[in-house]
Amino acid sequence: MSGVIGQAVSRIDGPAKVTGSAHYSGEIALPGLAYAEIVGARVASGRITSIDTAQAEDAEGVAGILTHLNMPKVNNVPLLPSLIGGPAPGETFFPMQDDVVHYAGQPVAIVVADGLEQAQHAATLVQISYAETPSITTIDQGRADAYEPEKIFGGLMPAQTRRGNVEDGFAAADLLIDAPFRFAANHHNPIEALTTTAVWDGDQLTLYDSCQGIKAVQLTVAALLGLSPSKIRVLTRYVGGAFGAKAMVWPHVTLTALAAQYVRRPVRLALPRGQMFTSCGHREEQEQHIELGATSDGKLTAIRHHKISITSPFDDWAEPAFGVASQLYACPGFEGVHRLVRGNTMTPTFTRGPGEAVGVFTLECAMDELASELGIDPIELRLRNITDVDPNTGHPWSSYGLRECFERGARRFGWAGRNPQPRSERHGNWLIGTGMATAGYPIAFFMHTQRARAHLYADGTAIVQTATQEFGTGTSTVMTQVAADGLGIGLRDVRFEFGDTDLPNAGSPVGSNGAMMVSAAVHNAATAVRDQLITLAVSDSQSPLHGADPAGVVVAGGRMTLAGDANTGETYSSLMQRHIMSDAEAIGSWDPPPLDTPHGLLTFGAQFARVAVDADLGIIRVRHMVGAFAPGRVLNPKTARSQLMGGMLWGMSQALLEGTHMDTRHGRWANASLGDYLVPVNADAPDVDVELIEVEDHVTGPLGVKGVGEIGQVGAAAAIANAVYHATGYRVRELPIAVEHLLAHLPSGPASAAAGAQPDLT
Amino acid sequence: MDGEIAALPAERGPSAQAVTLTINGEPRPLRIEPRVSLLDALREHLGLTGSKKGCDQGTCGACTVWVDGRRALACLTLAVTCEGHEVTTIEGLSAGGELHPMQAAFIDKDAFQCGYCTPGQIMSAVALLDEGHAADDGQIREWMSGNICRCAAYPNIRAAIRAVRDAAGGE
Amino acid sequence: MRQNVLRPGLLVDINDLPLNRVEDLPEGGLRIGALARMSDVAQAAGVVQRFPVISQALLLGASAQLRNMASMGGNLCQRVRCSYFRDATSPCNKRDPGSGCAALDGFNRGHAILGTSDKCIATHPSDVAVALVAMDAVVHTRGPADDRAIPIEEFFLLPGDTPEREHPLEHGELIVAIEVPATPTARLSIYLKFRDRESYEFALVSVAAAVRIQDGAIADVRLALGGVGTKPWRARRAEASLVGKLAGEASFAEAAGQELAAAKPRPLNAFKVELAQRAIIRALMTLTNGDTR
Repeated sequence: MSGVIGQAVSRIDGPAKVTGSAHYSGEIALPGLAYAEIVGARVASGRITSIDTAQAEDAEGVAGILTHLNMPKVNNVPLLPSLIGGPAPGETFFPMQDDVVHYAGQPVAIVVADGLEQAQHAATLVQISYAETPSITTIDQGRADAYEPEKIFGGLMPAQTRRGNVEDGFAAADLLIDAPFRFAANHHNPIEALTTTAVWDGDQLTLYDSCQGIKAVQLTVAALLGLSPSKIRVLTRYVGGAFGAKAMVWPHVTLTALAAQYVRRPVRLALPRGQMFTSCGHREEQEQHIELGATSDGKLTAIRHHKISITSPFDDWAEPAFGVASQLYACPGFEGVHRLVRGNTMTPTFTRGPGEAVGVFTLECAMDELASELGIDPIELRLRNITDVDPNTGHPWSSYGLRECFERGARRFGWAGRNPQPRSERHGNWLIGTGMATAGYPIAFFMHTQRARAHLYADGTAIVQTATQEFGTGTSTVMTQVAADGLGIGLRDVRFEFGDTDLPNAGSPVGSNGAMMVSAAVHNAATAVRDQLITLAVSDSQSPLHGADPAGVVVAGGRMTLAGDANTGETYSSLMQRHIMSDAEAIGSWDPPPLDTPHGLLTFGAQFARVAVDADLGIIRVRHMVGAFAPGRVLNPKTARSQLMGGMLWGMSQALLEGTHMDTRHGRWANASLGDYLVPVNADAPDVDVELIEVEDHVTGPLGVKGVGEIGQVGAAAAIANAVYHATGYRVRELPIAVEHLLAHLPSGPASAAAGAQPDLT
Repeated sequence: MDGEIAALPAERGPSAQAVTLTINGEPRPLRIEPRVSLLDALREHLGLTGSKKGCDQGTCGACTVWVDGRRALACLTLAVTCEGHEVTTIEGLSAGGELHPMQAAFIDKDAFQCGYCTPGQIMSAVALLDEGHAADDGQIREWMSGNICRCAAYPNIRAAIRAVRDAAGGE
Repeated sequence: MRQNVLRPGLLVDINDLPLNRVEDLPEGGLRIGALARMSDVAQAAGVVQRFPVISQALLLGASAQLRNMASMGGNLCQRVRCSYFRDATSPCNKRDPGSGCAALDGFNRGHAILGTSDKCIATHPSDVAVALVAMDAVVHTRGPADDRAIPIEEFFLLPGDTPEREHPLEHGELIVAIEVPATPTARLSIYLKFRDRESYEFALVSVAAAVRIQDGAIADVRLALGGVGTKPWRARRAEASLVGKLAGEASFAEAAGQELAAAKPRPLNAFKVELAQRAIIRALMTLTNGDTR
C-alpha cells in the first residue's frame, strides 16, 4: 500500500512515444519482409465471373497472389465478442472461400511483392469481372424486410428489453414525448491503420498485430486455421488507437498469415486508409424512435425505445441500445426492441460507447424535450427520476455517485441560473446555448479468468507480466502503479511487461473493462508475492517481524513493517538474502462475479456543453464541455482524465462531424477518406473540464475500479444537441447535426441577416 | 546547391536508383524507385519509423517532418526530390538522449494517448513556436489543426505548447 | 497518383526553378512566382497590406504543413476533391471522358451548384484562386512556342461537355507567375470560409469580397465564391446589382439572390443556395460595418 495508486503518474511509455522509438505493429524490422496489398470487391453483391492475375504476377517484384481460386479453406468460427475471451472473428464470413461477393471492399485478392510500391501497383493490375446483383446497403432499401432477431451482439444479448407494462404507463401519463432520430454510420478511424505482420517458422506462426486483444488474435487465427494456439504467438506492445475497430479479429489478419505461408516469407499488410472503411467494421446506420410518458410533475411512467439498424448478410449484429437507457431512471414501464435489416455491408462492430452512446443520446434528448415541455430544469427532471436500484432487477447499484456528478458538474459548468428560454443568449453573430445529459455505461462481467505473474528479485525490484497491450488507455502506466502498490515497492522498481501471448492470460480490454480486470489480476499477483514474504518473515525467528499478525504488516519502499510502528521491520532484500532466495514469484488470478450478481452495474456521469451557433449560417462550434464521472476508484487521475476527455470529444464528433454515407448504386461508402469523413481537428476541440468523483465499489474487483473508456462519450452528444436546441429553438433529429438541418430554422433569413438583429423568440 | 542539382542525372527510374538523402544531419545513401515517398523511404528503407503513416494522402499530419527546417508532410513528398535538402525527423529532434522541451512537455501534460500521431504533433509544435504562431490559444488551435489526434488529446497538446512557450519567455 | 487516378509515365521536378519570388509591383500590384509557397505568399508584406483577401484565403486553406509545400501554380492546377473522381473506380467524365458522372445522383453534398453541366458537378477546391479571381489576377505562362498572359477567369474552364479539360494550358506550357493588378478596392477586402470542421477542410462556401464606398454608395465591388462553383466563381451578377447602390443589408441580399438565381442544386447540396447567399451578405456586412466574427 505505497499510495502510488491514485497518483497522477506520467505515462511510462511517454519517452518511447515522444521520441518515435515506440515500435507499433508495422514497424518491426524483419529480414526478407514482403508487402501485401488487398484487392477489394468493387461491387456490393454478385459473383466474380473471372479473375485474371497474369499481368499482376508479371509485374516487377511480385512474390505471389492469392484469390478464391487458390486460397486454402479455413474453418467456420462463430462470432463471439472478444470480451468473452475466446476466438472472436469480426464476422462469421471469411473471404476468398468462393466467388460470391457480399459487400463492397470484401477482399477478393491479396497481392504480395518485395516492395510496398510494387504490391500497391500490382494490386491495380488484377483484372476482375463481376456479375453484379442488386444490393441493399441502407435501412431504407431493406425496411420492408426488417425482422426482429432473437439475439444481437454476437448472440450475447436479447433483442428485447421489457419491464412492467408500457401501455399502462402511457395511460397514466399526462404528457407524451415522441421523438424519432436518424444516425449515420460511423467509422472508428484510429490513426494507425490495422496492420498485421506474419512470420512462419516451420509450423510456428508469429504475428505482430495492431489489435485490442492479443489473446483474441491468437485464438481466432488458431481456430480459423485449425492450429493449436500453442503454435501461435502474438507480439503487440503499442497500438495506435483502436476505439473498437481492433476489438474483433478481422479477416485480413488471417489472410496475412496465409499469404506469408504461400510466399514462404514474412509478410506485412497495412490497410490503406480507404480500406479502413471496409475492413474492420463500423457503427451501423440506425434509427431510433423513443416515446416517453410522464406525469405533470416530471415522473416517467413509460419508455418505449425502438431501434432499427442494418447488419451484414451473415450476422445478427446490432450494438445494444437499451442497456443504460433502461436503467438510468425509475420508470415503471420500459420496452426496448431491436430490429434488423440484412444488407450488403460487412458485419458492424463495437464502436466507442457501443450501443449506449447512441441509445443514451436518444433518451437524453427526449428527456430534454420533456423538461422543456414541463418547464422543469433538466437536472431537476433527472433528479426526480433517478434511482438507487437498478430498475430492471431491483438490485442496488454496486456504487453510484450520480447525484454528486450532477452537483459537481453543474457547479463547474456554471449551470445555476441558466435561462431555460431557447435563443435567449446572443453574442454578435453567435447564438449561445447550453445543454446537459446523464451518462452511464455498463460494467460487463463476461470475461474469463484473468491472470498476471509477479516476480520479485532479492534486490527489491520486480517484473510483473500479463498478456495485454497498450493502445493509449494508459494500462502500462496504471498496471505499473498497481503492481508497485501491491508489492509495496517503488514505481521505478517495477517493470510491467506485456504484449506477448506467452504471458499469463488477459482478456481483450473492450467495453471499459480493461482497468478493472487487468488491475485485479495484477493486484492479486503482486499481493500474493507480498503475502508470501510477509508469511515467511512472521514465521522467521530472525526477523524483527517474527510472531506478528500477517494482517498487521504493511510494506512500503520494499520494507515490511508493523502497521503503526515503522521502526519494527525489515526489507524484502534482507529477508530474502537471509533465506538465500534469489527471487519470489506468484501468479495472481481474478474471476469476475457471476453474471447474476445481485447488484446494479453501471458507471455514472453527467455531461454539460456550451455551444455557439452562427445565427445566419448555422455553423456550430462547441465552446466548453464539462463532464463529471464516478468511475469507482481512480487508479491514475492523469490518464483517466485524458481518456474521459477524449471520450467527450468523441461525443462532440458524434454530434457534429462523423457520418459515413452510402452510395446505394453500387453499395460503396461515398466518403471513405480522412478528408471526407470528418473527425475533429485541434481547432474544433474546446477546453474540456473533467470532474472525478470517487465512489467505493466492493463488487468490481479487489480495487473497486469501474471504467473510463466509454462513459466520457456517452451523453456528450446529447448535451451538445440539447445545447443546439437551447441556442436555436430547433431540435435536429439526425446525427451528425449539420448546417443544412438548421438553416431554415435560424432567427434570420437572407433578408434580415444583419449582425445584431433581434432574436425572434418563437 | 544549383551545381549539385545540375550534376544529377536528368532522368531516373522507374527502377531503383541510388539516392542520398540528408536525414537529421547525416547523409543516408539508399536505393529507391523514384515513386517512393519520403515517408516510405524513412520507414521502410531507413528504419526511421518515428514518422508515422496515418492516411498516406495528406489528410492527417502523422508524417510531419521538417524539410529545410519547415514542417511538411512526408507522405506527399517524393523522396528523390529531397536530395540536396535537409530532412529532420522526430529521431533528430533531441540531442544526445536529452528530451527536447516539447517532448518533455508532451509527457508532463499528457498530450497523447496511443502516441501514434505524437511524433507528427511534436514536429508541428516545435515548428509552430519557431514560426511565431503560438501567441494565444486561438493561434495554436488553428496552426496545429493539420495534425489529427484521434484520441483527441487536443486540449493537453495546447497545454504542452503553452508550457514550452511560456518557459521560453513567451513570444 | 497515390490513388491511381493519374498514371504519369514521366514526372518532372520543377521545384528548383527560380520562380518562387513574391514581388511588389511599383504601381501597387503583385507578381507572385508560380513556385512561391502558399505560406510565404500569405505572409509577404505586400500581400498582407495590399491584398488582405489573398493572404486570408491562403491561410484558410489546407494546413500549415501543406501550405509550406504547395506552390501557387500547383494550387491553381490542383484536381477536384470529388470522391468519385478520386476513387479510380466510379464513372467520371473528368478521369475517364465519356464514362458518365457518378456524382450527379450520388453523394453530392459538397458539390457545385454554379457552373455545373450534366457531365460534371465537381467543386473547384481552391481558396486562393477565389481571391485571385476577385482581384482580376492574370496567369503568366511559358510554352514551347511563346509566353501567354491569361486572365484568371479564363484560366479556369467550365466543365461543359469536356470536364477533363480544366484549364487552357497546352502540353509543355508552364505557369511562371501570377500577377495581381493594383486596385484601391483591395485594401478593404476579406475572405470568409464556412465549413463543417473549424479547420483543415474544404469550404462548404467561401466568399472573397472587396468594396469601395463613395458617399455611402458602392463605387466598386469584387465578389467571388468558393465551394459552390465548378470553377472559382466570380459573382458578376451580384457585383452588377451592387454598383451604385447604398451599402446595406437590403442591397446585399438582393445581389446575393440574383447571383444564386442561376444555381442548379442537387437534393443533397440544395442548402448551399441559401448558405451562399447568407455568406455573401455576411461578408459584405462585415466589410461595410467593420463587423468581424
